[in-house]
Amino acid sequence: MLQAEGLRHHFGPVRALDDISFTVQPGQTLAVFGPNGAGKTTLLKVLAGLIQPQQGRAHVAGGRRAIGWIGHQPQLYGQLTVLENLRFWASLYDVHVPADLIARLGLEDHANRPVRALSRGLVQRVAIARALVHDPTVLLLDEPFTGLDRIAAEALSRLLAQHAAAGRATVLVTHNVEEGTGLATDVAFMRAGRFVHFAPRAGRGAQQVADEYRRAIA
Amino acid sequence: MLRHAWAVAAKDLLVEFRSRTAILSVAVFVVLVLVVFNFGRDPTAVSNIDLAPSILWVTFTFAAILALNRAFQIELENQALEGLLLAPIDRGSIYLGKLIANLLFVVTIEVIGLPLVALFFNVQVLLAPLVLVIALATVGFVAVGTLFSAMTVRTRFAELLLPVLLLPFMILPLTWAVQATVRLLAARPLSEIAGWLNMLAVYDIVFLALALLLFSATVTE
Amino acid sequence: MNMLRAGRWITFIALLLLAGVYVRALAFTPVEAMQGLAQKIFYVHVPAAIWAETAMVLVGLASAVYLFTKDPRLDRFAAASAEVGTVFCATVLTTGPIWGKPIWGTWWTWDARLTLTLFLFLIYVGYLLLRGAVTDPGMRARFAAVLGICGMCEVPFIHLSVFMFPTLHPMPIVLKPSAPSLPWSMLSTWLMSLGVFTLLYVGFVVQRYALSYLREQLETVGGSHA
Repeated sequence: MLQAEGLRHHFGPVRALDDISFTVQPGQTLAVFGPNGAGKTTLLKVLAGLIQPQQGRAHVAGGRRAIGWIGHQPQLYGQLTVLENLRFWASLYDVHVPADLIARLGLEDHANRPVRALSRGLVQRVAIARALVHDPTVLLLDEPFTGLDRIAAEALSRLLAQHAAAGRATVLVTHNVEEGTGLATDVAFMRAGRFVHFAPRAGRGAQQVADEYRRAIA
Repeated sequence: MLRHAWAVAAKDLLVEFRSRTAILSVAVFVVLVLVVFNFGRDPTAVSNIDLAPSILWVTFTFAAILALNRAFQIELENQALEGLLLAPIDRGSIYLGKLIANLLFVVTIEVIGLPLVALFFNVQVLLAPLVLVIALATVGFVAVGTLFSAMTVRTRFAELLLPVLLLPFMILPLTWAVQATVRLLAARPLSEIAGWLNMLAVYDIVFLALALLLFSATVTE
Repeated sequence: MNMLRAGRWITFIALLLLAGVYVRALAFTPVEAMQGLAQKIFYVHVPAAIWAETAMVLVGLASAVYLFTKDPRLDRFAAASAEVGTVFCATVLTTGPIWGKPIWGTWWTWDARLTLTLFLFLIYVGYLLLRGAVTDPGMRARFAAVLGICGMCEVPFIHLSVFMFPTLHPMPIVLKPSAPSLPWSMLSTWLMSLGVFTLLYVGFVVQRYALSYLREQLETVGGSHA
């Protein structure tokens, strides 16, 4: 569903991606852990087509239409209501807002409030709804749990599990090993633009992965 | 492409309609500039008909720059621009959408400003050819301004840099528009302004095409 | 660094030759009947104007190719050419009024040609300011390229515009469709001066190019420590 072949990219002197190759199959969730500045966000942007890699190729089955993105920023317009935001983004994908989307994220009471008036946790939930509005088959998540309240975090975990169960692919990058491990089928550690570890999770728990991560990165 | 462009423009206009602060402040700004012009001259020395074209165009220029400055601000607030780039739409339709919204915004200001010029300076401005001149000049500098504001908004001193970059590009269509306006207000025959209109039209076509081509370079890494 | 030294030598030779051209212009070229000695400034004014515009076109062309190939050398060249173009524009804008004072009786008139050189100058200044206002090198190069291409496309409009305004400025006497209406002695001096300005442009650009290359190397060293 998603393929990266020999990706290389540098910003001036900084090597952000250094020969990264991997494949993500339907139903797989790849969690990429790395410290800040390891090139995680660059990797996601290359996969999403936001950055043209200097070498190598990234391919997503279905192209940009298939990609859902949740990043640091909610990508919403503060002056517009939740519903107006969702309708706008849906129109860019030539779809209608799915009827149950707002209910799935528990936003029924807030649909007609401007995003600017919502709490941070609620905004994050709207951002998740925004990313799912066109029913993407490949999800790209950049530190998705940062700033989420407990309800939103649980809702996101549930949605990601459903997404994977429906035979879809996910790539998640984060510096926080505890957050991502539970959902991952595959785990990669990234340092200075390279995958220093890349293997199926194979039943490893968060604690074990965290220990291995510390050893690999140190 | 046009459908998505319209979606982007409609969203911009809705955002603008919700807050209404930008359009109101620019409208007030236009009135103030006109009033300042009125007190900043000696009415016995320069006649209205000689001064009106300059006043008209200087006012529109500064109002347009104020309007253009805010164009990409809302896209950067929550990184919405990244969302637009991720969507399966042409980069050109993002540009066109912003251009349409900016044009409507500037035209609104001009619709407010034009009768005020007529009122304050007692000149006959509701002439079809003058509307054409204003339309042609506006398309030209809003096309370039939309492209430039996509860049300046991500630099330091964005509010200052946009006029510094844009004014040298605005002055040319502006001088043609002023020349045409002078002749129109003096009730000269239309054939005298054909040359200026041609220049404005060619400028519009060249820079519109150029901006459509170059826009993706301002947003794609 | 060799390139920097080469640039300095070229510039040095060009400046020597410029002095030579002026010796020739003052001592061995006839004084123009109408304008007298003031006409001598024409040997600086016109070549500088030609290179100020050519530099803008070269900035635009390098920028256009840059957007396709993303070759950093083209970006460095565009930046260097813009800086040199700015200097030449400034030369035109200072020599113009010096000539204008005795001939027109005023330092500055809002004459179309002079005004439009001022636009060109302002486009250059905007270009350099934009480069200074963006920190990310990739973004700086892309933004500068966009502005450079727009600047290049503005040049023909500036030219067209000149012919639409009444002007006091002497009409082109060298670059015009019919044969140059200039005595050979003046034309030969002028052609030499044009050659010298070409050399001057090359020398300046090579130096600026080498300097910005060195600066990038320095940033790379600094970056690897970060």
